[in-house]
Amino acid sequence: MASSPKLNSKIPQGELETKWTKYRSTVHLVNPANKRSLEVIVVGSGLAGASAAATLAEMGYKVKVLCFQDSPRRAHSIAAQGGVNAAKNYQNDGDSIYRLFYDTIKGGDYRAREANVHRLAEVSGNIIDQCVAQGVPFAREYGGTLSNRSFGGTQVQRTFYAAGQTGQQLLLGAYSALQRQVGMGAVQLLARHEMMDVVNIDGKCRGIIARDLVSGKLERHFGHAVLLCTGGYGNVFYLSTNAMGSNVTAAWKAHKKGAFFGNPCYTQIHPTCIPVSGDHQSKLTLMSESLRNDGRIWVPKKKDDNRKAIDIPEEERDYYLERRYPAFGNLVPRDVASRAAKERCDAGYGVGSSKMAVYLDFAANTERYGKIQANKLGLHNPSKDEIIKLGKEVVKEKYGNLFDMYKQITGEDPYEVPMRIYPAVHYTMGGLWVDYNLMTTVPGLYALGEANFSDHGANRLGASALMQGLADGYFVIPYTIGDYLSEEIRTKSIPTDNDAFVKAEAEVQERINKLMNIKGSKSVDHFHKRLGKIMWDKCGMARNKEGLTQAISEIQALKAEFWKDVRVTGDANEFNPELEKAHRVADFIELGELMCKDALHRNESCGGHFREEYQTPDGEALRDDDNFAYVAAWEYKSDSNFELHKEELKYDNIKLAQRNYA
Amino acid sequence: MSHGNMNLTLKVWKQKNKNEKGRFETYDAKGISPDMSFLEMFDVVNEQLISSGKEPIAFDHDCREGICGMCSMYINGRPHGPKQGVTTCQLHMRSFKDGDTIVVEPWRSAAFPVIKDLAVDRSSFDRIIAAGGFVSVNTGNAKDANNILINKDDADTAFNAAACIGCGACVAACKNASAMLFVSAKVSQLALLPQGQIEKKARVMNMVKQMDEEGFGNCTNTGACEAECPKSISLENIARMNREYLGANML
Amino acid sequence: MSTKTGFLHSSVGKKIVMGITGLFLISFLIVHVGLNSAIFCNDGGVTFNAGADFMAHNPVIRVMEIVLFGGLIAHIIMSLMLTMENRKARPVGYAMVNGAANSKWYSRSMGILGSLLLIFLVVHLGNFWVPTKMAVMNHEEHNTFEGMKAVFSQWYFVLVYLVGVGGLLFHLLHGFQSAFQSLGLNHKKYTPLIKKIGIWFSIIVCALFAAMPITMHLGLIK
Repeated sequence: MASSPKLNSKIPQGELETKWTKYRSTVHLVNPANKRSLEVIVVGSGLAGASAAATLAEMGYKVKVLCFQDSPRRAHSIAAQGGVNAAKNYQNDGDSIYRLFYDTIKGGDYRAREANVHRLAEVSGNIIDQCVAQGVPFAREYGGTLSNRSFGGTQVQRTFYAAGQTGQQLLLGAYSALQRQVGMGAVQLLARHEMMDVVNIDGKCRGIIARDLVSGKLERHFGHAVLLCTGGYGNVFYLSTNAMGSNVTAAWKAHKKGAFFGNPCYTQIHPTCIPVSGDHQSKLTLMSESLRNDGRIWVPKKKDDNRKAIDIPEEERDYYLERRYPAFGNLVPRDVASRAAKERCDAGYGVGSSKMAVYLDFAANTERYGKIQANKLGLHNPSKDEIIKLGKEVVKEKYGNLFDMYKQITGEDPYEVPMRIYPAVHYTMGGLWVDYNLMTTVPGLYALGEANFSDHGANRLGASALMQGLADGYFVIPYTIGDYLSEEIRTKSIPTDNDAFVKAEAEVQERINKLMNIKGSKSVDHFHKRLGKIMWDKCGMARNKEGLTQAISEIQALKAEFWKDVRVTGDANEFNPELEKAHRVADFIELGELMCKDALHRNESCGGHFREEYQTPDGEALRDDDNFAYVAAWEYKSDSNFELHKEELKYDNIKLAQRNYA
Repeated sequence: MSHGNMNLTLKVWKQKNKNEKGRFETYDAKGISPDMSFLEMFDVVNEQLISSGKEPIAFDHDCREGICGMCSMYINGRPHGPKQGVTTCQLHMRSFKDGDTIVVEPWRSAAFPVIKDLAVDRSSFDRIIAAGGFVSVNTGNAKDANNILINKDDADTAFNAAACIGCGACVAACKNASAMLFVSAKVSQLALLPQGQIEKKARVMNMVKQMDEEGFGNCTNTGACEAECPKSISLENIARMNREYLGANML
Repeated sequence: MSTKTGFLHSSVGKKIVMGITGLFLISFLIVHVGLNSAIFCNDGGVTFNAGADFMAHNPVIRVMEIVLFGGLIAHIIMSLMLTMENRKARPVGYAMVNGAANSKWYSRSMGILGSLLLIFLVVHLGNFWVPTKMAVMNHEEHNTFEGMKAVFSQWYFVLVYLVGVGGLLFHLLHGFQSAFQSLGLNHKKYTPLIKKIGIWFSIIVCALFAAMPITMHLGLIK
């Protein structure tokens, strides 16, 4: 298989270990005086956006940052709980850049690009150094050194963390760096602004159309380059662990203006989320993967067992992950853990009133911690109650905020009874196709962080999203953007009364008018929920040809109905959250169709993409490396019409193999 | 579509924009489940309003898991409602009784002008951080992370201060609309860590100056901010900031 | 000099001035209550008058008196400035406030309590300080103890003093520990102790002050 001529991944030549170092040392530079007249627009202010904007401004570029929230600090990176990976080998447990690279490729089920992943592993250590220098308060040991914990899909402890709020602390670090540049006037911050379209002139991306969400006014912004750091599209499922505002609009507009969409069907379903409790539910809440360090997952051995968890004796419990995967146990990768939970529930062993949940039980480890603590305190022959009490204190220090959150949402106390958990949509490995420089197929238009497709293959390992977002923003784009901008130093700022800007704005205005004038009978949320249900049922944790085919026609019908019958209240020229949602849902509907088409064409199972027709006898994902070892990059042709381009994935340093965590 | 069997009366602040005067409007919330979050209850009410052709209530929200700091409702005389240590999105309807009347207002502060209904403009917080809430270290200048050893207690105390989500409940709760808890949390985090020492004087001076310019009120140590903070940020941080400020001025 | 003005113009600077002057006024209260407690010797005011005479004529105390008034005026002016700024900080108030849920009523009422104390102070100075000053200026003998007896023989003065002392009690209950917080003296170990001392200090000082008009009115002090 040869890659499509439209996809030039620009992977540098040479040995894997030296590609990035060599590239960095030879990539074109922009001199400081020229940087001052080069303008960069960054859309999104999460880990990737904030770190990129801050760094580019530090380097001297003129930067504008947009975010739809009221402050850059709200971006959904803030909600990441567990941690950030880095190949520091501080624990002396055999970690290395190669091992992080290998774990990530294997965890991604051999569907990620080797060169990108190796670069990610190489800069991972710098991320920790940078964040610590900024004053990010990572967890520490008594000796003052940094503390680590383990995450799924690895056998080393390489995850750095700050209680269950690592994403918050990393984002606030990047936000501080960004605000410093805002204070110095190097970055212009446009909060409560949403990107509505990109503007291309002569085949290059030259700016965007944005909507001021407070006044409703459309604005034109010129940039020599535009960076989309707009996160993932998990909200296409309506219920997900994403924030309510997380959306695909920026990426989708870019896609419709020429950026290819990579692997849209690769969706990560996170195994440990609080189960759905009713039809009022607006979002799902994650319980960090770090809980799988100390929690054991089980279901009753008997079908339809209605006893309370504590009444089920040890020998009647099925610790199915430990049974099926003794080497990794409860710490198998997310896709594997999610599917195993679904398998048990579908087979009738689920727990809770809905029977769509499994137990995550801390009792054993609470007792273990209690005993250790009793020894530390010099208590001899402590009673069981004393041990449990001491153990609960340890668990509280490690996971207190997560336990509180669980209790708040479910009304059950996880210190007393096991948590009930079920998989939920969490992350999207797919995204805009980018080359080694993180540039999309539109020159000058970049995608960073979750918005691109690049580093996680078909399944992302825990604590790698934070790593990738910050790697892209702090350490990759500042170098790779020079490759393009060094050629743009003669391009003067293009006035925004240029025809291309006028035309793009007019199109956006027309769409707004159209949405406002439908005056149908159903709310935006109504359509979003229906889309979510189609996607979850037919393009969720398990997919098959028949369901996907149905889903495509259902989504097309839904799209037609949406444009006939949606009701958007209020006025376009004011703060109007309903109009914001309408734009986003309209794009989600179109994306949903592409996701199903991508899932339908990929006749194999890999990572988060599980086609029921393609599995091993014991229910594991069955890849087809001969026919599908490629990135599916979709080109938008016209409404519901997408053309597939393939980027061949070459593995020179890792032998392709069936993943084995047993 | 019915979800549960609680029926409530809501008195909600409606205000078209920053310039127009607002007023209270009364809504019925019917068929509410005790398992809903407060915002999901609002979703239900809004859905009903839209289906009857009325304009829904505008409010800020995003992550709905208590960490982004965007939700901001002043419920029955308290920011984020009657439960301690939670944001509005994590407040569940089981904290209310069937038949209750609930008064919902926006954060009220000159520094937080109302944008619409319950949504306010908190960009003043961003400007305070831009004035000094950072360590001036450009990307790429860092030394190996374990070369900076930090006492675990200091790291933990700094983390507790850094856990601030910038929601503004402290300002909303304070009878003086003071932002001292917010500002002091950032000042404290960086004052406690070795990385923050170099700029500590300029930082506290600049951040306090910006806070005052934004029009926040003064702290009178009532402790309401600490009591209402969804992340339980401690008053100790305010004392630390006072200390830092005094030191920066006198020494 | 510019940093000084900056300091006094800043919210934190003003708070620190409030704290320092507050603690200074508290230290005066200790002297005041200590001296006045001499009436409880019940020796016909001999000890008390000796003390009062010392206070009225000692040059160091004279200077301190001016400093004291300075401190009081600074405390009042700062509080007025703070209050005006605080009003401006919330132009539209809440329809419903549940302050009891998050703070003590007296911590939210320092302005009202302070105003009450100011009114009381005018009465109090008129009762004792002015006559003493007049006497000193006219080089006359002045028996402060007899003056006290005369004032407290009237029930309405007793009532006024009890209300004043009540106001002082709540002002101190918040003010004592608040001053330490404003000066940045908050520590996990010591703050609970400071708070406890503050409560007992307020109660003891105010109980002693309150006992004076009551015992005199009832004729227990002769």
